[in-house]
Amino acid sequence: MVPTNYYVILSAILFGLGVFAFIFKRNIITIFMSIELMLNAVNLAFVAFSQALGKLDGQVFVLFVIVVAASEAAVGLGIIILIARNRQTLNVERVDLLKL
Amino acid sequence: MPKYPMLEYLWIVPLLPLLGSAVNGIFGAKWPNKIINWVAIGSTGLSFLGALEAVREFFESGRVLFRKEFFTWIATGNFRAGFDLQMDQLTVVMVLVVTGVGWLIHIYATGYMAHEGGYYRFFSYLNLFMFFMLILVLAANYVLLFVGWEGVGLSSYLLIGFYFLRKSAADAGKKAFIVNRIGDFGFMLGMFLLFKTFGTLDFVQLFAKADPWPADAMGHLGTFTIACLLLFMGACGKSAQLPLYVWLPDAMEGPTPVSALIHAATMVTAGVYVVARSHMLFSRAPTAMLAVAIVGCATAFFAATIGLVQTDIKKVLAYSTVSQLGYMFLACGVGAFSAGIFHLMTHAFFKALLFLAAGSVIHAMGGEQDMLRMGGLSKKIRWTYVTMLTATLAIAGFPPFAGFFSKDSILLSAFQNEYGGRNVGYVLYGFGLVTALLTAFYMFRLIFLTFHGKQRYDEHHVHVHESPNNMLAPLMILALLSIVGGWLAAPAFLPGGTDYFAKFLQPVFSPIYRSAEFRVLEPLSVSAEAEAHSLELWLAGIAVVVALAGTVVAYWLYRKRPGKPDGLAKSMKPAYTTLLNKYYVDELYAAAIVKPLLWISTNVLWKAADVAGIDGAVNGIAEGATAIGDGVRHAQSGNTRSYAVWVVVGALVVMAVIFFWPFGGKAVVGMVH
Repeated sequence: MVPTNYYVILSAILFGLGVFAFIFKRNIITIFMSIELMLNAVNLAFVAFSQALGKLDGQVFVLFVIVVAASEAAVGLGIIILIARNRQTLNVERVDLLKL
Repeated sequence: MPKYPMLEYLWIVPLLPLLGSAVNGIFGAKWPNKIINWVAIGSTGLSFLGALEAVREFFESGRVLFRKEFFTWIATGNFRAGFDLQMDQLTVVMVLVVTGVGWLIHIYATGYMAHEGGYYRFFSYLNLFMFFMLILVLAANYVLLFVGWEGVGLSSYLLIGFYFLRKSAADAGKKAFIVNRIGDFGFMLGMFLLFKTFGTLDFVQLFAKADPWPADAMGHLGTFTIACLLLFMGACGKSAQLPLYVWLPDAMEGPTPVSALIHAATMVTAGVYVVARSHMLFSRAPTAMLAVAIVGCATAFFAATIGLVQTDIKKVLAYSTVSQLGYMFLACGVGAFSAGIFHLMTHAFFKALLFLAAGSVIHAMGGEQDMLRMGGLSKKIRWTYVTMLTATLAIAGFPPFAGFFSKDSILLSAFQNEYGGRNVGYVLYGFGLVTALLTAFYMFRLIFLTFHGKQRYDEHHVHVHESPNNMLAPLMILALLSIVGGWLAAPAFLPGGTDYFAKFLQPVFSPIYRSAEFRVLEPLSVSAEAEAHSLELWLAGIAVVVALAGTVVAYWLYRKRPGKPDGLAKSMKPAYTTLLNKYYVDELYAAAIVKPLLWISTNVLWKAADVAGIDGAVNGIAEGATAIGDGVRHAQSGNTRSYAVWVVVGALVVMAVIFFWPFGGKAVVGMVH
């Protein structure tokens, strides 16, 4: 059986990648994907702990997270399509009208 | 109907002037002078009648002390202070003087103030003063007395500053108030000490509790001595004694009726009244008594010397008042409380008369107060002259005028007094006698300068005219009182006669405790009484000779040799200028007390504490907040990704704390496991 440590470390690496991509990538689609990556990294940790502790709570949470991620993807992609149509770009640095 | 209705409803006596004050103060602004007169004179007149009736009932009841508690004012713990009024022989004298003389001065003021602005305001204040003064003399405990005490101070302030547009008047009002505050500080400390020691401030209870206590020895600062000295400090402020007398001469900035009523006849005698009222305590504190006598004597002499050279007619009378108040304290200090109260009464008559007559002169001269610009007025304002001369004879101490008897009994008591076997009495008597000489001199100087000699004013500018009847009538009544007011004590000069005034006050002052070291007027054997009687005659004779001498010197200097005073002033220039500048006491106080206080207030309290400290702290906090905001503002850039960086940094910091913090880390990790 794979020790829990491995899952947790993998989860941390995935989460770190997500964070890194979120901060440094400019394409809005990539940023969106990095968010999904972070959510799934957390899901992985939840499942791992659920299995290690022998409780189902973690898995229930994962279902919630998946639901939220799905709705987020629906809304977020809608917004992205609108931005792409209106601004003819997917670069977040050009979509900064609300900045100070 | 109660048997003694006025005594049962004694509160009516002080309440009437308060009502008059309120009515005039609230509605008077739009009323014609006539209605204001009716309210002001009516309320004080009714109060006078009420006081007369109360006194009549008091005599009829034959009681030594009438006392009634109307309501409880303060009750906390063991302490109770009520609106309790009392009447005994001392109160009888005070209440009649206050309401009687007060009423006369109200009548006079309707003439004197007739052409002044703020007429309703003046009478509102004057009535308010009457209310507080009556509370002061009727109060049955120190707390209520203190209410009256502060109240008359307030009215005094308001009336001194009546012409508040004139800076000197406003300043004089403030000066009176502040100097009195110094005395009140002592008075309050005295009350606290009495309450701490005896647990009550009610006169009857307090004196009953103090009775079994042993008296303080001479020179020993016991409870009685300290309490009495503190009370006397308050009395010094209110009654203008050394070193707190400086406000009274300046108080002459007020209208003349105010000077007569408040700053001569009634309010300034409150200190004497308090000392006399507390005689139970004072007679157990020989050191305090000696202090009272010395301060009184010194003030009498000191103020009289200043009075010698003043040229403002009201200033002369002001210093004369300070001097006469000194006499009263001298009397109290040597244990002759009844003589002090006697002089208080006669002084109220003749000094009120002097001020009112001076007011009449000022009125006649169209506002001129400098005696050097008067002269020869005796023919033109005859009635004023006659009444003023009466008062002058009274204050100078010529028989059979009132002042002769009261001053004589004070000097006699001073002469007979002994403290601790040492004959301080002779010294006190000597100074008292010299003061009598000076008094006669400066009063006749005033008369000669004002009413005799060449006229030194421009007749084309000043239209000298006699005052109206409503001013002359009070003058004449007071002149009559200045003559007969002292006759109560007159039989004492006959062999075997008694001083009826002293006998009248006997019930109040008889329980005086006499320690071995403090001996006053002990009961005498028959032979000793005859000896004392001849002594009294001798002393009276000396006093008259001295008064005569003062008069003759004044006559010689100011009538026979009109150029002589100037020559004298030149030849004794240092002394003359010192006197003319009132011993530079005001300047001394300014340099020693006012300037340093002002410096501390400006530089320490204002510039250091207030501006730098308090303002600095408040402004500093605001400026700090602005600066921090300015700096932190840049973090909120609106760039989502920079926020994300902050979130990550925050998360990393939290993790670092959890894993690497030397104290908290393990505990947090332990909680996770």
